[in-house]
Amino acid sequence: MRDFLRSNRREVIALAVLVALLAVYLGTHPRGMSTYVMTIWANQCLILALAAIAQFFAVIVRGIDLSVGAVMALTNTLASHVLGGTGIELIGGAGLVLLVGVLCGLINGALVVFGRIQPIVVTLATASIFVGLALILRPTPGGQINYDLADAMTLDVLGIPTALIIAAMVIGLFWVPLRRTGLGLGLYAIGSSEQAAFQSGLQVRIVRMASFGLGGLFAGLAGLYFSFVTTTGDAGIATNFTLNSIAAVVLGGVALRGGVGSVIGAFAGAFILKTISALMFFSGLPPLAQPLVEGLVLAGAIAIGGAEILRVRNRLEVFAR
Amino acid sequence: MSTQIRKPFDLVVAVPFAATLVLILVGSVFYPQMLGLDYLSQQLQIAAFLGVIAMGATIVILLGHIDLSVPWVLGGAALISTTLAGTGDPTLTMLAIPAALGFGALIGCLNAVGVVILRIPSMVWTLAMNSILLGSSVLYTGGFNPKGEASGLMSFVATGRVLGVPMAFVLWMGVALVLALVLHRTGFGRYLSAIGYNEKATYLSGVSTPSVLFAAFAIAGVCSALGGVLLAGYANQAYQSMGDPYLLPTIAAVVIGGTSILGGSGGLVGTIGGVFFITLLNSVLSVMQISEAWRNITFGLIILVMLLIQTLRRKEG
Repeated sequence: MRDFLRSNRREVIALAVLVALLAVYLGTHPRGMSTYVMTIWANQCLILALAAIAQFFAVIVRGIDLSVGAVMALTNTLASHVLGGTGIELIGGAGLVLLVGVLCGLINGALVVFGRIQPIVVTLATASIFVGLALILRPTPGGQINYDLADAMTLDVLGIPTALIIAAMVIGLFWVPLRRTGLGLGLYAIGSSEQAAFQSGLQVRIVRMASFGLGGLFAGLAGLYFSFVTTTGDAGIATNFTLNSIAAVVLGGVALRGGVGSVIGAFAGAFILKTISALMFFSGLPPLAQPLVEGLVLAGAIAIGGAEILRVRNRLEVFAR
Repeated sequence: MSTQIRKPFDLVVAVPFAATLVLILVGSVFYPQMLGLDYLSQQLQIAAFLGVIAMGATIVILLGHIDLSVPWVLGGAALISTTLAGTGDPTLTMLAIPAALGFGALIGCLNAVGVVILRIPSMVWTLAMNSILLGSSVLYTGGFNPKGEASGLMSFVATGRVLGVPMAFVLWMGVALVLALVLHRTGFGRYLSAIGYNEKATYLSGVSTPSVLFAAFAIAGVCSALGGVLLAGYANQAYQSMGDPYLLPTIAAVVIGGTSILGGSGGLVGTIGGVFFITLLNSVLSVMQISEAWRNITFGLIILVMLLIQTLRRKEG
């Protein structure tokens, strides 16, 4: 048990912080803990959590994805066109939306792997393209999503918010199995040392492409879920989500130098970030002071994560970080 | 290691300048006024705003770091300078520019505290600084566009002309010259790219790497603040999120100019070319009166093509 805690230290800390924050939130919320309060909270958290997972797949292989928000904007605007119908159209529409997400990820991946450009600049440029495409689809916010579908995805099942069920499914049915496959191991291997991974016979290019593809898939899922929550298409959401997704993975203990962290951490980080914003809303702070307090909390949380540096015994170890 | 610093006119550096020339020539086929002096000198003036900021960004990127606090250092500096100048008090008006630049240096140092002492990745720490600055300014201005105006000196520096040359451009070149001298003629400049290339080795060679990092981030902060002062002088006011449109073009300009985003190689001359290219590209795209959507797409595609060209060049060399 102690070994487990030690090796998953980052996730455990993030989860503990989340539980504490959530307790404060539910304690201070005027309506207390109810399905309604939990549902709204969980919906907001899940959007960012899916974006954070997209960011995680870029960061884990020592990259960064500045196009997460742009892919969300593109898939969200696309969803507002193709998810207005009923029945079978909805399945096709959702499939199309996710396909576009994966495609965006693979374009990023191809430019990084075969064009040999750094991920940060590739995604900087492609983000501009994706936002442009989103603006073509929806020059102004609008469109609609089938309400029955949106309700089904954003309300609750037997009192448990659907968003939390989706979160549990992503972790239990996707991440835990993936972590045990060769691909899951390869992600960490490349993030830790690309050269060593290559020399061990790992198909570095394929794993990298797969990682970008998965990133695109989750950015698409985030865009899709955003559509369910807001039931409109809006091309202007990109910047905010990109920056928050980076902050979320860092809060969740995913190291930007690659090879460290997990999807569970990314989840926890996103939930922490959104819970802080929600807390702000009911805390009685003057609204104008809220952005400042949010920024200070974010900086403080990151600085605490950085305090691990104080445990370094040899000064030279610092440079390996 | 610092080959490009020693050979400032190597081919990687020439690419953005050549591309700018192509852009002007192609554009002038459709819009002959693009070759006119009026148009070109106006572009020099607009390029200077981005250019000043990009000089600081180049220094930080040479280190292998990145400064994402540009938007609100710029906005904060604009806010401070216009507020001071707006009081009408002669002493405070005189202090407007120094106070704004001092603010930039201060934030730069705070950036360095997180990056150097706490070893937090610069991308995250400067982002957090940016949101703190955003929060402070919202608290201060109450979310409205702040009152205040530019001082005479600020307006002159941003919009004035000397012998027909925009003053802002002269200032930009001045900043570039000073920084280029610092990069090429002092130990600081050599240490800068040495750290970008291998921080551990540089530290082991006896260089005080923390002080180099502190100085570099402070310079970047001052450059961003100067950009804010110029923009405030140009618009005669500070406004909410005035810095946001400058963050990504700055990084694009630096990278197109041949500076490696991983640090260690590149230089200011390339960035100047990159700034020209981005400014003209934006101008051509808006002259063509295409929609914002297509402007975004074209911008992204052309940046990608430039990056591919730069990567291919480097592989040959």
